[in-house]
Amino acid sequence: MSPAVQTHGLACRFEFGRRLFGPPRALLHALHPTDLAVAPGETLGIVGESGCGKSTLARMLVGLQPPSEGFIEIEGAALNRADPAEFGRRIQYVFQDPVSSLNPRKTIREILEAPLRYLHGMGRAARRARIDEIFGAVRLRPEFLTRYPHEFSGGQAQRIGIARALAASARILVLDEPVSALDVSVQAQVLNLLADLKAEWGLTYLFISHDLAVVEAVSDRIAVLYFGSVVEQGPAERVFAAPRHPYTRLLADSAPQVGRKLGGGAAGELPDPLDPPPGCAFAGRCPLATERCRAERPLLRPVEGDQFAACHHPL
Amino acid sequence: MRAFLKLLFRNRLAGMGAVFLAVIVVLALLTPLLPLHPPNEINTANRYLRPLAEGHWLGTDHLGRDLLSRILWGTRLSLAVGFAAALIAAVIGAAIGITAGYAGGRTDNVTMRGVDMLMAFPYILLALAIVAVLGPGLMNALIAVAAVNIPFFARNIRGVTVGIAHKEFVDAARLSGMGHARILFSEVLPNVVPVIVIAMSTTLGWMILETAGLSFLGLGSQPPQADLGSMLGEARSALISAPHTSLVPGAMILLIVMSINLLGDGVRDALDPRLRSGALSRPAAATLVERKQVPAPSSEGLLRIEDLETQFQVGRRDYRAVNGVSLSLEPGECVGLIGESGSGKSVTALSVMGLVASPPGVITGGAVRLDGDDLIGAPYARLRALRGNRVAYIFQDPLSTLHPLYRIGEQLAEAIRVHHPVGRNEAKRRAVQLLVDVRIPNPAQRIRAYPHELSGGMRQRVGIAMALANDPDIIIADEPTTALDVTVQAQILKLLDDLRRSRGLAILFITHDFGVVAQLCDRVAVMYAGRIVEEGPTAEVLEAPAHPYTKRLIACVPELGGGRRRLEAIPGLPPAVDDLPPGCAFAPRCDKAAEACRSGEVALQGQDRRRVRCLFPEPTTEAAQ
Ligand SMILES: Nc1ncnc2c1ncn2[C@@H]1O[C@H](COP(=O)(O)OP(=O)(O)OP(=O)(O)O)[C@@H](O)[C@H]1O
Ligand code: SF4
Ligand code: SF4
Ligand SMILES: [Mg+2]
Repeated sequence: MSPAVQTHGLACRFEFGRRLFGPPRALLHALHPTDLAVAPGETLGIVGESGCGKSTLARMLVGLQPPSEGFIEIEGAALNRADPAEFGRRIQYVFQDPVSSLNPRKTIREILEAPLRYLHGMGRAARRARIDEIFGAVRLRPEFLTRYPHEFSGGQAQRIGIARALAASARILVLDEPVSALDVSVQAQVLNLLADLKAEWGLTYLFISHDLAVVEAVSDRIAVLYFGSVVEQGPAERVFAAPRHPYTRLLADSAPQVGRKLGGGAAGELPDPLDPPPGCAFAGRCPLATERCRAERPLLRPVEGDQFAACHHPL
Repeated sequence: MRAFLKLLFRNRLAGMGAVFLAVIVVLALLTPLLPLHPPNEINTANRYLRPLAEGHWLGTDHLGRDLLSRILWGTRLSLAVGFAAALIAAVIGAAIGITAGYAGGRTDNVTMRGVDMLMAFPYILLALAIVAVLGPGLMNALIAVAAVNIPFFARNIRGVTVGIAHKEFVDAARLSGMGHARILFSEVLPNVVPVIVIAMSTTLGWMILETAGLSFLGLGSQPPQADLGSMLGEARSALISAPHTSLVPGAMILLIVMSINLLGDGVRDALDPRLRSGALSRPAAATLVERKQVPAPSSEGLLRIEDLETQFQVGRRDYRAVNGVSLSLEPGECVGLIGESGSGKSVTALSVMGLVASPPGVITGGAVRLDGDDLIGAPYARLRALRGNRVAYIFQDPLSTLHPLYRIGEQLAEAIRVHHPVGRNEAKRRAVQLLVDVRIPNPAQRIRAYPHELSGGMRQRVGIAMALANDPDIIIADEPTTALDVTVQAQILKLLDDLRRSRGLAILFITHDFGVVAQLCDRVAVMYAGRIVEEGPTAEVLEAPAHPYTKRLIACVPELGGGRRRLEAIPGLPPAVDDLPPGCAFAPRCDKAAEACRSGEVALQGQDRRRVRCLFPEPTTEAAQ
């Protein structure tokens, strides 16, 4: 069976200091060429710190951001034109900020009708039936349909965002920090809802988050992004329990946890994205860095079984 | 809509403007039906009749035409032309602004440079040039006035559109299969309309004035047709001998423009959401205090918060954000205050130094004792002397305490010099030392950096350095690491921990993360709906939570290394603090709730350091083993 989502050398560069004519002053590599594959029914967790390219990857996957290189294959069909409408039927996006992803001047029904109308050309009666079905699925009461977004709490608004993604009948969802804006008690409600929906509707998830524990709790496999590249990839139960890349270990050690001493983490910051180092981007913070690391960029390669790391000296 | 009108009429001047304008508009609309002389009926025998002359209430002009009739017809025309010009300018300007703002990139660049060029011309010169090209006439004057106002609309509306075009709901609409045209009309436009209305209501008056100006110069309405400007122009020659011929149209212009501008300002204020919360009304220097009684001082401590109550009084509602909170802090101790969003953590922290914005915030009860002295209701001068000096704050967003336009070194030196009379060089030396203390590499150079040149983690270190500037005894840190990445968060937590051990600082640490509390804090207090529901040494609370809320909140949080699993969610939402249920606030979500929980107040009980607010606490002793 072909993967639900596959990226082939997908990369994104942003131009800086654009002039009216002529080439830009600088290029920023938001995402280096990346190959990822997600099997149908799988949840791939993507973690990384701010600015590492998580959201750029997500936006390319749904066609909101045209790739500078490479292409995306969804359910076996290559989509190489950034057209959200074409992507929309197959893959949908759930936004980080649930409230700002809903137009304040539309009722919930109007918001949910849009994908049914414009992606599927459904008639009035069919739309009504479908909205009732989906709204029940995300455990919201039907009387909410006539209200406006500002009347909802964050958790409810995020359910509405999920309902909109489901309304498009896409079977793949890109969830970009879907619970980061929510309180912990509500976060658990939404995560459980996502798990139920996945089982009921046979969905595939790409789950992006900076919260390692949340990603570990929901994913089958995890990819760790650092400075625009996947530095480690592997089964969820192994990536943080037995990291192979020094950065993944730093992440896992830094996560604040009950019953563990303050680590303090390594000093150092991300390199300047406008002036990237020639070798491994992590060399400046890595305790194992050698001459080779500073000169040659490590490529993602298998370390053990289905665990991959982009490191010259994996742990 | 009703709320809008209420808001509008609360502004007296705007209400007055609305009434005047309504009368004028009604008169203008009714003019053809009123029993008036024809406006252009010449009767040279009756030239320059004074007001109140028989048959001519306002007198007549140099051709013996009835002024009342002419002023009403003229007003009708001027209003119509003004409205039309405003409408045309708004429609074309909005179209340009929305397109440029939504398209972005090169389209935006080229269009807006063009608009800027038009705006660079003096206003009236441009209008004159347009009329000169098109020839005089009312229609051409209208076109000219509309044209010179288009750039204003385009600019304003482009700015708003850019903001909206980057909102996530526009992306969501694209993913719902909407095309660009449809998004512009159904997603962007409805959000821009209020801005268009505001811009129109604030410029309409000027447009009427400009049209009158052109007519006055003879470039607008042509004789014998009356509009307000041409009436003034014709009366100019008789300014001394028959002043009423100028006064009547002059007064009318004044009345129209003034009432429209008053109304326009009112509309702007009523539609601008920032004014609704009262944010632009000047906040008091320290939080308002309305205490009925002051709690008797209890045992000494560095900082003791006793039965603190802080409310927000918005309209007729009282939001009881902090509802009887007691906490104490000893030197060198770190106390965690944990709770969900809206539970009152920040308001508790800000109340300590009277930093809650008033209005709407009011401290309605309790005391905050620093070394035994009550700070609530203390004179502002005393609070100011203590702020930053003995009690310092660190906020989630360090940019809220750093000025964007000054180098961080200058700001640190300034912070030191506010409380200590030291020289410039000494202050600078101390600033460098502070950056060394918070482990900023290369401090001698970094003091020359502006806040925006630093990464988020560095900025938060500078925020901490600012807090340390005057060697405070107490630091109140409100979610200082929530916006940071985990690796940076770990560095900052380590730094705070080292600082408190080396300097004997007391820290009140506000967070919603149990992991952070566990690593940093000696004691922890859990807040729910404005009250502390459980308190105790961190390890005891986390290992054996006594309050059902604490227990279930801990269970909600996934832990690293736990593998794939289903989380224990708490159904429902925290209660709104303006409508708290009687009895235990957690009862609607608690699966142990009984009748007794809902009927009476539940008190915080237990030995001094380990307390819980629950009638049926979890069995702590066995669980601890
Ligand atoms: N300026 C204000 N006007 C009206 N109500 C306010 C204002 N500021 C805060 N509140 C209300 O006070 C209550 C407590 O707010 P507070 O900011 O202390 O919560 P918090 O626990 O710090 O939450 P968070 O985790 O989101 O920072 C909330 O119900 C909030 O809506
Ligand atoms: S390649 Fe070298 S510097 Fe990079 S992570 Fe591996 S050991 Fe560290
Ligand atoms: S007092 Fe009653 S309702 Fe409140 S937490 Fe305890 S058992 Fe639950
Ligand atoms: Mg807060």
